[in-house]
Amino acid sequence: MKILVTAKRVTDWDSKVLPTSDGTGINFDNVDFKMNPFCEIAVEEAIRIADASDDDCEIVVVAIGDDEATQQVRQALAMGANKGILIECEESELDSDYVAKLLVKVCEEEEIDLVLLGKQAVDGDSNQVGQLMAEYLGWPQATFAYKVEPQGNGEMTVQREVDGGVETVSLSLPAVITTDLRLNEPRYATLPNIMKAKRKPFDTMEPDDLDVELGEPKVEVIGYSLPSERQAGQMVASVEELMEKLANEAKVI
Amino acid sequence: MSKIIVLAEHSEGSVVKASLNAITAAKQLAEKVGGGFDIAVVGHGISSVASALTTYGAGTVYQVEDAAFEGYTAQAYAQGFHKAVEASGASFVVVASTAKGKDCTPRVAARLDAGMASDVIGIEGDASGLIYVRPMWAGNIIGRVKINTDVQVLTVRTTEFDAAESTGGASAVESISAGIDASSIRMRYVGIDAVKSDRPALTDADAVVSGGRGLKEGENFDKIVAPLADELNAAIGASRAVVDLGWVPNDWQVGQTGKVVAPNLYIAVGISGAIQHLAGMKGSKTIVAINKDPEAPIFQVADYGLVADLFDVVPQITAKLKER
Ligand SMILES: Cc1cc2nc3c(=O)[nH]c(=O)nc-3n(C[C@H](O)[C@H](O)[C@H](O)COP(=O)(O)OP(=O)(O)OC[C@H]3O[C@@H](n4cnc5c(N)ncnc54)[C@H](O)[C@@H]3O)c2cc1C
Ligand SMILES: Nc1ncnc2c1ncn2[C@@H]1O[C@H](COP(=O)(O)O)[C@@H](O)[C@H]1O
Repeated sequence: MKILVTAKRVTDWDSKVLPTSDGTGINFDNVDFKMNPFCEIAVEEAIRIADASDDDCEIVVVAIGDDEATQQVRQALAMGANKGILIECEESELDSDYVAKLLVKVCEEEEIDLVLLGKQAVDGDSNQVGQLMAEYLGWPQATFAYKVEPQGNGEMTVQREVDGGVETVSLSLPAVITTDLRLNEPRYATLPNIMKAKRKPFDTMEPDDLDVELGEPKVEVIGYSLPSERQAGQMVASVEELMEKLANEAKVI
Repeated sequence: MSKIIVLAEHSEGSVVKASLNAITAAKQLAEKVGGGFDIAVVGHGISSVASALTTYGAGTVYQVEDAAFEGYTAQAYAQGFHKAVEASGASFVVVASTAKGKDCTPRVAARLDAGMASDVIGIEGDASGLIYVRPMWAGNIIGRVKINTDVQVLTVRTTEFDAAESTGGASAVESISAGIDASSIRMRYVGIDAVKSDRPALTDADAVVSGGRGLKEGENFDKIVAPLADELNAAIGASRAVVDLGWVPNDWQVGQTGKVVAPNLYIAVGISGAIQHLAGMKGSKTIVAINKDPEAPIFQVADYGLVADLFDVVPQITAKLKER
């Protein structure tokens, strides 16, 4: 089985980003970058599926971004993926649809059986790429995966986090699965594995090499701003004071 | 004149409330671009859902039926919705950003070769240039996006649009048979392990009491949080930390990657206030934070902050509410 995973390079979820002063972009000075946490979960799940499988499995990890994203691909290789691909393009040229089309192309060329992506990238928070890919490929999908159980016969049983509970679906491969937070706890890459990862196959390519035309993006972000902040509230000293305020000032009880 | 279509969701024979919020977003859009809106509902045995949807002012309610819709699958539903969008000739597709909305809508957009904006919180501009406002980076950044395709698809954050009221009147119902080739659907709905609760739903409760790691143990949700929620007829929410610990169901998580809530009253108990949590609740009308650490970031968004040990003060608040 051949599994495709991604390693999107995103701003560290723990650092606060600001718009540029003209509001046309994001100021990335003094911001750390990491692998999208949902991608880490996808890489981890792929490794676990491969380890538990009787067949030979190969895990291909892809990042689409500038050459700095090499680090995230290498991290996934150090975790246990087998082959890395970096598709170089300007982040500003990307929308989810374009990412999906590039990844679909990789799926076709690599003859992928299973795609494991994050449910969302924590920068754009779009939550689209996996579903778009599944439709373009005509494949079934399970988004927001909470538990993935390969049945060994080309079927996958997936539990999904949905409104009101946990839903179970069964998919026939090839298929797309997107990860939710509680699917697993991603491993750290150990130093020996980081060294070994340097010798794993790594391709760098451009959208042209995949015969995907970079047309006008379907969706364009034209401005970035800060949300209106809430007014600073007040501290109350006691339960009595809190109750009094909630009853008479906020009038919510 | 443009046409708008709302893709509605149903559950156990009723329209899901979030779809009424989406209808309001469609009406706002209609004011900007002119024209009216239609509604599509997809399922098996849904005539009562379709007729319930005829009283919201839509031109036509498209009822797309097929045996393949018994049990929700994104693959089949996307085909059904696509049929309805084609039938209506709509150039705007509006869907509530629920779990199903997020799951299915991108597939519909792909079928329409349309650009899609996720989780829209506001619509600006006019027919000559619409701008969709949406949170990015866990709500730390507000993005303004434009869609460059002929058909434009959006999912809308329900807390930002009131639920549409039934206005009476009757939209036409048009039945469409989806004619789905069963062999093209390579997934199967198996079942749902539903979280049973007598409380109001988290996303439309008037009050929410949320607990975090400060509660120390899962059973303190029953002992400390639930009695307070009972007094307020509130839903119970949680931080990711305690959901990950398995103390409460996944479905209770509030935040960037959980539910977005905006009740009249939100009480955060033993929650530090990480940006990912704030992303899900800072639209609440009145926020109360109870935390023993005066530096906890939750206090920066709270209208009323109480620095105290939650094990002392929460039962006191519950008792005082009982006395009232
Ligand atoms: C990709 C990603 C997505 C995420 N999505 C979400 C999300 O959707 N929602 C979410 O909530 N989090 C999310 N998180 C996690 C988030 O970053 C925080 O880790 C989490 O919200 C912390 O939960 P907490 O406040 O319960 O725990 P803590 O941060 O440990 O805070 C516990 C608080 O309890 C207080 N406390 C302890 N004892 C008492 C006492 N006796 N009385 C009063 N106060 C007390 C402490 O002072 C502390 O402030 C996400 C993280 C990542 C990386
Ligand atoms: N530039 C990218 N490179 C690699 N994977 C990506 C990229 N953008 C999105 N993805 C994948 O698609 C998922 C959903 O992203 P999105 O729809 O943008 O929120 C992410 O969790 C990643 O797995």
